[in-house]
Amino acid sequence: MVLDAKIPSGSIATVWDEHRFQMKLVNPANKRKFDIIIVGTGLAGASAAATMAELGYNVKAFCFQDSPRRAHSIAAQGGINAAKNYQNDGDSIYRLFYDTVKGGDYRSREANVYRLAEVSVNIIDQCAAQGVPFAREYGGLLDNRSFGGAQVSRTFYARGQTGQQLLLGAYQALARQIEAGKVTMYPRTEMLDVVNIDGHARGIVTRNLVDGKIETHAGDAVVLATGGYGNVFYLSTNAMGSNVTAAWRAYRRGAFFANPCYTQIHPTCIPVSGEYQSKLTLMSESLRNDGRIWVPEKAGDSRAPNQIPESERDYYLERKYPSFGNLVPRDVASRNAKEVCDQGRGVGPGGLGVYLDFADAIARLGKDTVSARYGNLFEMYEKITGEDPYEVPMRIYPAVHYTMGGLWVDYHLMTTVPGLYAIGEANFSDHGANRLGASALMQGLADGYFILPYTIGDYLAKRMGDKVTTEHPAFAKVQAEVEQRIASLLAINGNRTVDSFHRELGKIMWEHCGMARNKEGLEKAIQLIGDLRQQYWSDVRVLGQSGNVNQDLEKAGRVADFLELAELMCRDALHREESCGGHFRTEHQTPEGEAKRDDENFSYVGAWQHGDGKATLHKEDLDFEYVKLTQRSYK
Amino acid sequence: MDLKLHVWRQKDASDPGSMVEYQAKDVSPDMSFLEMLDVVNESLVQKGEEPIAFDHDCREGICGACGMMINGVAHGPQRGTTTCQLHMRHFNDGDVVYIEPWRSGAFPVLKDLMVDRGAFDRIIQAGGYISVNTGSAPDANEIPVPKQAADTAFEAAACIGCGACVAQCPNGAAQLFTSAKVSHLGLMPQGQPERWRRVRGMVAQMEEEAFGSCSNHLECEAVCPKEISVDFIARMNRDYIKATFKGDDS
Repeated sequence: MVLDAKIPSGSIATVWDEHRFQMKLVNPANKRKFDIIIVGTGLAGASAAATMAELGYNVKAFCFQDSPRRAHSIAAQGGINAAKNYQNDGDSIYRLFYDTVKGGDYRSREANVYRLAEVSVNIIDQCAAQGVPFAREYGGLLDNRSFGGAQVSRTFYARGQTGQQLLLGAYQALARQIEAGKVTMYPRTEMLDVVNIDGHARGIVTRNLVDGKIETHAGDAVVLATGGYGNVFYLSTNAMGSNVTAAWRAYRRGAFFANPCYTQIHPTCIPVSGEYQSKLTLMSESLRNDGRIWVPEKAGDSRAPNQIPESERDYYLERKYPSFGNLVPRDVASRNAKEVCDQGRGVGPGGLGVYLDFADAIARLGKDTVSARYGNLFEMYEKITGEDPYEVPMRIYPAVHYTMGGLWVDYHLMTTVPGLYAIGEANFSDHGANRLGASALMQGLADGYFILPYTIGDYLAKRMGDKVTTEHPAFAKVQAEVEQRIASLLAINGNRTVDSFHRELGKIMWEHCGMARNKEGLEKAIQLIGDLRQQYWSDVRVLGQSGNVNQDLEKAGRVADFLELAELMCRDALHREESCGGHFRTEHQTPEGEAKRDDENFSYVGAWQHGDGKATLHKEDLDFEYVKLTQRSYK
Repeated sequence: MDLKLHVWRQKDASDPGSMVEYQAKDVSPDMSFLEMLDVVNESLVQKGEEPIAFDHDCREGICGACGMMINGVAHGPQRGTTTCQLHMRHFNDGDVVYIEPWRSGAFPVLKDLMVDRGAFDRIIQAGGYISVNTGSAPDANEIPVPKQAADTAFEAAACIGCGACVAQCPNGAAQLFTSAKVSHLGLMPQGQPERWRRVRGMVAQMEEEAFGSCSNHLECEAVCPKEISVDFIARMNRDYIKATFKGDDS
């Protein structure tokens, strides 16, 4: 099948503007005749729900948390990019576009990325008007900082809690629409399947997480804003509840899954402390602006950090990448940390850590300035590790953080199933093989506030009068399948806990499909995952019933889907015989150990179609008209 | 270290519930409190007993999902810390720990340690926003915000909506939560047009829910994981009185 992204023709700088005029509009009086289902209420979902309700559509919004304010967007710390050029340092829409395509290692779609950079300026306006308490200069104007991989200061921030403040802005806009009766909110409700009728997405099946009721909801379009799938690794910086189930169920109903192997490993996380560890904590990479990363020069040096003289330290990022230094993109920083640890120069328990040292910054700026910039991060670090980063260097290690892959969408953010949309981290479209810092918040809000509300109208305008209700037999059929699946999980009553399977899956993925991958390891992983999945369905133990709160049952369904996704990730990683961004194949590297792309053969989006027994790969070729393909160099 | 736990178990909202004793064995000081409960839960499942239900999500202290009374204190003994960020190094071998759900009639128990905090969402819906439709915002730098106002607004906006303030208050009052949002928006120039209407709406909703009244015990500030100041309550009260004098059309 040829994948058509439906990118309109024209100059990249004007095409979105022109296209907005070309798209069909839904008459204001007709908007209230359409019901939109939005699953997930993080930045993308809440902003989309609020905006579409403001436009007049009827919105039903769903989240598994007890309130939309808890979505994991809230944990983003560092900031949000926008090409405002308030700092007069040479930034522009074109530069943000260029940086994002380059940072994504030339595996993203130019037209989408340009549009993202274009609307980034509107996002800041919108959020400031909502009362988001961004950092300010004394003159009352907005402050900016430079952030991982960028040479201009284009990142807007609210201390170390930008994601929280932006999410609360979107949540409040959503609350206003709930109050106005335009949004019906379903908290503690998990989507377990999508219902297609005549090839169009027409509704979803959900489970109420309080009373266990399986319910059906019909609509004119279904929007998935359900986040990423990093928890397939068990340990990640994602929230405990973050899962792939909604996206995976959509995949099984015909939506293609693109680039599943593109995962971002974030370089500045707190290292693992033991087997009981349930999640990893990220510390904003803004820390790299002032912190210096180093390890002892000699392997096996077990002296305390302040006992190691300057001359016996290796500031390896500054040494290898003199122009970017500690600010190289995330994938480069992560891989280098792994490399020095593999050489036996890692620090802390198990040797899986590197130092992030603020001694120089404190000497240069004073403790107060450092505290004003990073105080809350230092506190968080101290709470978790019991060490004071003002006195001893932090220890950091890379952890799974973000998944660039996701449901394939066209320029309108529609999946291969008409009427089914994917926005935010749940889609694949804007970050290529590696996401730049402070771009996830930007993309989530771009999709939700400024892109989907336009593009969805073009679809709906052609669907006037075509109503279905949950009385349609397709709903009963999917509902029965969902109920059957839950009953099967409860009936196994085996010997192992859900978590024990999840942990084992995570280890397989981290070992073989993590920071560095190769053919042999991936083939082995596929074998191991298949075996584990088989064992899961015969030996997992899920207690209790479906008719009330049952957190184990919730987890069991999610882990079952992770066990399927994991295999697809490995297959995707195996087929992509090149290294690019977060996907590093050890067979494909330059003599200096850098990722080596193969633009001749792999300059495409790999989108997988579900099939019984075997997934089929489809390709969307990526054309680079504006950004010249080069080997990334941060030296 | 080994601990003895007394945990509130309650099957659902209609079940009366009771304290049940468990042993937590080989607890590492580097574990978080919730990781300690994870380990207890795994052993319960192994024994064929249903695990203890509790809300949690980000485990980074920012989403506000987790929270329980630990030896009678919301979020436990460490100041300015959510339950997920409380680590076991603050406990000693042989300690006896009582774990209960949030104590408030406004937060009914759903199961075990899990409560319904929907009342907080309804308070926000009653005015905790600035009415600006997507697309109608002016350039972000057209509205300067004095740094001091932005910083103070941020301190109020840092509220994570966990509910500890209500749980710890002897009256079960929601003043700290409500005032944090009233103050955040009321301090920003963007929030001025709706300032009086907002405080009236949110306070009215707060009173409609099953919260008690504030009588200045200040327990809320003491347990707030984001250390939000009770000064915001005073600020809300001032705004509320002004709003009342200004009348309904302000």
